[in-house]
Amino acid sequence: MHENASALQLIRAGDPALFATVRLSLIVSLSALAISAALGIPFGASIALTHFRGRESVIVLLNALMGLPPVVVGLAVYLLLSRSGLLGTLGILFTPAAMVIAQTILVTPILAALARQTIEDLWAEYSDELTAMNVGPLSRVTTLIWDGRFSLVVALLAGFGRAAAEVGAIIIVGGNINGFTRTMTTTIALETSKGDLALALGLGAVLIAIVIVINGLAWLARRVGERIAG
Amino acid sequence: MLKRALLILVALAVLATSDAKAQEKSIVVASTTSTQDSGLFGYLLPIFKQRTGIDVKVVAQGTGQALDTARRGDADVVFVHAKSAEEKFLAEGFSLKRYPVMYNDFVLIGPQSDPAGVKGKDIVTALQVVKAKTAPFVSRGDRSGTHIAELNLWKEAGIDIAADKGPWYKEIGQGMGAALNMASVSNAYVLSDRGTWLAFKNRGDLAIAVEGDKRLFNQYGVMLVNPAKYPSVKKELGQQFIDWLVSPEGQKAIAGYKINGQQLFFPNASDPNA
Amino acid sequence: MMRAMATDLPIRFDGVTIASRTVTLLDRVTLQIEAGAPTVFIGPNGSGKTTLLRTAMGLLVPTRGRITCGGVEKSPPIHRAFVFQRPAMLRRTVAGNLRYALRAARIAPAGREKRIEELLALVGLDGFEKRPARRLSGGEQQRLALARALARDPVVLFLDEPTASLDPASTKAIEDVIRAIAASGVKIVMSTHDLGEARRLAGEIILLHRGRIIERAAATEFLNSPKTEEARRFVAGELLV
Repeated sequence: MHENASALQLIRAGDPALFATVRLSLIVSLSALAISAALGIPFGASIALTHFRGRESVIVLLNALMGLPPVVVGLAVYLLLSRSGLLGTLGILFTPAAMVIAQTILVTPILAALARQTIEDLWAEYSDELTAMNVGPLSRVTTLIWDGRFSLVVALLAGFGRAAAEVGAIIIVGGNINGFTRTMTTTIALETSKGDLALALGLGAVLIAIVIVINGLAWLARRVGERIAG
Repeated sequence: MLKRALLILVALAVLATSDAKAQEKSIVVASTTSTQDSGLFGYLLPIFKQRTGIDVKVVAQGTGQALDTARRGDADVVFVHAKSAEEKFLAEGFSLKRYPVMYNDFVLIGPQSDPAGVKGKDIVTALQVVKAKTAPFVSRGDRSGTHIAELNLWKEAGIDIAADKGPWYKEIGQGMGAALNMASVSNAYVLSDRGTWLAFKNRGDLAIAVEGDKRLFNQYGVMLVNPAKYPSVKKELGQQFIDWLVSPEGQKAIAGYKINGQQLFFPNASDPNA
Repeated sequence: MMRAMATDLPIRFDGVTIASRTVTLLDRVTLQIEAGAPTVFIGPNGSGKTTLLRTAMGLLVPTRGRITCGGVEKSPPIHRAFVFQRPAMLRRTVAGNLRYALRAARIAPAGREKRIEELLALVGLDGFEKRPARRLSGGEQQRLALARALARDPVVLFLDEPTASLDPASTKAIEDVIRAIAASGVKIVMSTHDLGEARRLAGEIILLHRGRIIERAAATEFLNSPKTEEARRFVAGELLV
């Protein structure tokens, strides 16, 4: 990124490095969100619907995992993906894929825990009807997820927020490589350490603006959806 | 089952982020935050890329961490500035040859008002004064090249800093930029490499207090990670990078990097004692 | 409406007890419900009416004893349907709720839209297709629940106090539909705390008290000349404690 330029100047000039950084941030966070949703929501739903020994403990653990320290996850994933680690032969340390993996580990518990609560509340309402209608277990899960979609969208936004704001894990497993694994948050960390606080703040504002826009889009989607479905 | 789930996760992650353009011609260089923060790589690497088409991916950490990254096989080349640590690395067999590349110097930074009164002294005396007056001092404390140099200077000053430090000595365990930020905010003294200092934008009230002392000399070396230890090391591309750094063209490029008209790094690949 | 061979009937309770550590909801109930005119359960709150209906439907498992529907124990609720006292509306439109019920009943997609129209007409909700189900009034929701239950063309229709929380107009609407359904051959098994409703709808009346069957008789006989002490007091309007 150009020295001595403010964030606003970079936006106006269409600085390619800035746009590449934003693009990478979105790709990493949204990919992690998508995978986390695919893993976490069905998992949370099945916990909500089945009763098994130790269920309460699983729920407590799931809620606790929402608070996984990112830097610890980053370290664990780093050791796993290192050439001397278990999955070293894959050679994906210091690549965006490693960042997606770390963020997925952080976001999945959030989606699973929130989905569990949403689905459990909805199941309390629907269980009589769905049981009387002889709806099978898989169908129950999809029905609850679909009918609970608006609350689940909020969960997705929470997960996205966590991923987009994260820096501790991705800086370790990504290496903050210029033009390759440098995201908005890691750039802000770097510019701060270089003493360019003005640029760091400016980039921070850009990041917040992007997150607000995404939340706005989700709100819009919900309004349209509500109008259609009720 | 856990391993299978992990592999599926990995596959999805790679799929999501795979780029059309091939990343074959690239190497990972573990280097230091000081070198990165000075802006040298931003200047040098595009020149190298244009010359050879090789993408150099720099992972910037402290010297100790950079060498450990190479020990784990996660880098192809390591480019740091702590000769004793580099020689240990060699002795352990993680590299077969060390190439000197360039040097710059350290400077002692402190508040403009110089409360401890070290201006104009030599570095050893200055440190003794700092300790005597318990003037606030920020140390990187992160096994970086700068940190190791700082520890050596305390030793030369006859001070056992590990035993004699007090609350005036703040070890932060972070990079040069963070150390300068902390010094700026707490009106403290800090040892910095000149490169990071010249590129640093948050100087506040700080200025150079001591410079030019021969003991502040800071030598950089580059090494290829031993392919015998890690067959995945990209040895041809890595060697190309090293060869270019020590070539007349590379050395000239290094000398050409300036901030505010001031040259930061002085090439000395041909110096046998470096 | 064609009534094929009556599966799920008769419903037989053999010494069925539903009890927890602290309370007994059904106490050694033995009875047989046959095809024909509506069977209406009456009794004070807590007498076990809801429990009995839910057990017959298959939503509760007896602590002791067994239940068979058409001779089959633990039969899946394919030919039975249930209208709950406070039915849950799916977060969809009126038509969406019916479509869901039809899909759950595995009705072929081809005939679904037509069936939705028929059902809505039957319960008097024509024109309500696109309304969000949760925004309907209490009476309208009850009618939708009825239509939903009928979507699977049940042999037996259970209704748990279907008009308990409704105003007289809605109550009449629901009762009219129940009468029509019963006339078409569906076996109605319902509960009510309203003696008038029992009089209006029942073919036979069964009085429950504290989880036990007190008396069972044809409707007019029960109401005009109850045999047991409890039945007489209940018909007279006294509180059975």
